[in-house]
Amino acid sequence: MSVRQLLGKIGLAFAVLVIVSPAILFFLWMASLSVKFEIDNAAYPPVFIPEHFAWKNYTDVLSSNRFVTYFFNSLIVTGSATALAMLVGVPAGYGIARMAAHRSAIVILIARITPGLSYLIPLFLMFQWLGLLGTLVPQIIIHLVITVPIVIWIMIGYFETTPLELEEAATIDGATRWQVFRHVALPVARPGLAVAFILAVIFSWNNFVFGIVLAGRETRTLPVAVYNMISFDQLSWGPLAAAALIVTFPVLLLTVFAQRQIVAGLTAGAVKGG
Amino acid sequence: MTTISQANPAAAETEPLPEQQLRPRSYWPFVLPALIVVLAVIVFPWVFTIWMSLNEWKVGSSTAFVGLANYLRLPTDPRFIEAIGHTLLYTVLSVVFPVIFGTLAAVVFHAQFPFRGFLRAVFIMPMMATPVAVALVWTMMFHPQLGVLNYLLSLVGIPPQLWVFHPATVIPSLVLVETWHWTPLVMLIVLGGIAAIPTEPYESAKIDGATHWQMFRYITLPLIAPFLFIAAMIRTIDAVKSFDTIFAITQGGPGSASETINLYLYSVAFVYYDLGYGSAIAVVFFALIVVLAAVLLYLRQRTLWTEIGGGA
Repeated sequence: MSVRQLLGKIGLAFAVLVIVSPAILFFLWMASLSVKFEIDNAAYPPVFIPEHFAWKNYTDVLSSNRFVTYFFNSLIVTGSATALAMLVGVPAGYGIARMAAHRSAIVILIARITPGLSYLIPLFLMFQWLGLLGTLVPQIIIHLVITVPIVIWIMIGYFETTPLELEEAATIDGATRWQVFRHVALPVARPGLAVAFILAVIFSWNNFVFGIVLAGRETRTLPVAVYNMISFDQLSWGPLAAAALIVTFPVLLLTVFAQRQIVAGLTAGAVKGG
Repeated sequence: MTTISQANPAAAETEPLPEQQLRPRSYWPFVLPALIVVLAVIVFPWVFTIWMSLNEWKVGSSTAFVGLANYLRLPTDPRFIEAIGHTLLYTVLSVVFPVIFGTLAAVVFHAQFPFRGFLRAVFIMPMMATPVAVALVWTMMFHPQLGVLNYLLSLVGIPPQLWVFHPATVIPSLVLVETWHWTPLVMLIVLGGIAAIPTEPYESAKIDGATHWQMFRYITLPLIAPFLFIAAMIRTIDAVKSFDTIFAITQGGPGSASETINLYLYSVAFVYYDLGYGSAIAVVFFALIVVLAAVLLYLRQRTLWTEIGGGA
């Protein structure tokens, strides 16, 4: 019996190892590429841990003026698009949940299945007519296509599960609808706010397709900037991998520390941006 | 608004009933701002796209109404026809593999083991990581001379491959990336399904001497079938639309061997700036996604029906 149990445990450990290794090995290799000099990156057989670490790859990327600009572009676009989405999306999720207007969720479903590129064609023209190309405004607006549906979708789910009794009691005590929302419903739905916020940030931060069309030289976000490094810098792998890791590192960190919220949000709505 | 918020308790008491106040209409102010945003960035672009698709509309030249001419161009456009084929192949493979691996991973993650939470976080990292950053590293790994994948193949005696640099292997190679990327999402959905299964069937099966495989095949699999359908549907919608990975790694190449509808749409609209034709492709593309989703929903209804029919 105990031998069988032991075998079962070893089998389970082996299975766990097999399924997490593609993720672990990939990110370790990414890290390895990013700290190697060109000679090690071009070595055959490949070198996993180099003798000399090329920390310079990171300082090179971080010290370039442009990279800092692009970082702030990403921060402004993702920050504004998420803040605006929370501002309009959280009350909307509350309203839809309380009105039980489930049909309105179809719009969100349509937004979910529409390819991001099809928003780009008309909005690109609009921004051109309005003379906004070359600023960050077009990207902030178009990122709402990602963030608003995520926030509304997740908040509907949370407000539907929060108890009505408290809200009814507050209403009887003379609170207005807005006060009920602000002081009763919102505090109860705080975990949902965190989930919506985190997912909106991640999917906006990761977005690439909107940037390649709408961003000019000065208004690139980080994913676009990294992509442009590929085309011009095919052969210097170290700095490229370093840049890629810097771009995705905040998201990976968030995944580890907020995995509970991320899992809750993804399994609730199974949403994905773009 | 101010008068309402200043309503004093006395006035509230004289008001009819709380039920009256909970009338649906009174929640409209909450929804209105989002409604305006959704109309502006989601509904308006849709209507405008349909209008543009009926026009000859190129950036830098005047526009003219041409009716369905853009749509009639599609069946005679060999690149579009080819792109449909690539999209279907890419989609089928990018649904099948993540669903299989994701289901297996969900079975494993359903078990209790140390560091389960942390390992689950590691497992879902590929899905959260920035697709372009990931694609860049895969491009390096695919490199025929310097890439680590060919080195790994050489360890088990397989000759080096050209991966994304050869028309015959480019789509399977991209599917490898897509599978790596999105298996975690399938795992999470299926894991939710497995967690909802009661333990009794397994206990009685164990007493009857069922093997692990039999329990998976005859208890787990039928009970998680609805979740597999949801996972397959989400995967289908996402795989059809896949852009970042393909664009960053191959840009549709070599030649046009990995050019899916979405990539062709990008070229038409933003490389050739033929916005009218691009809009027509966008509309047809959207219709295709809706049809695919509907077919899956129909299949799901049918299996539900046969399950009920078989049980009765």
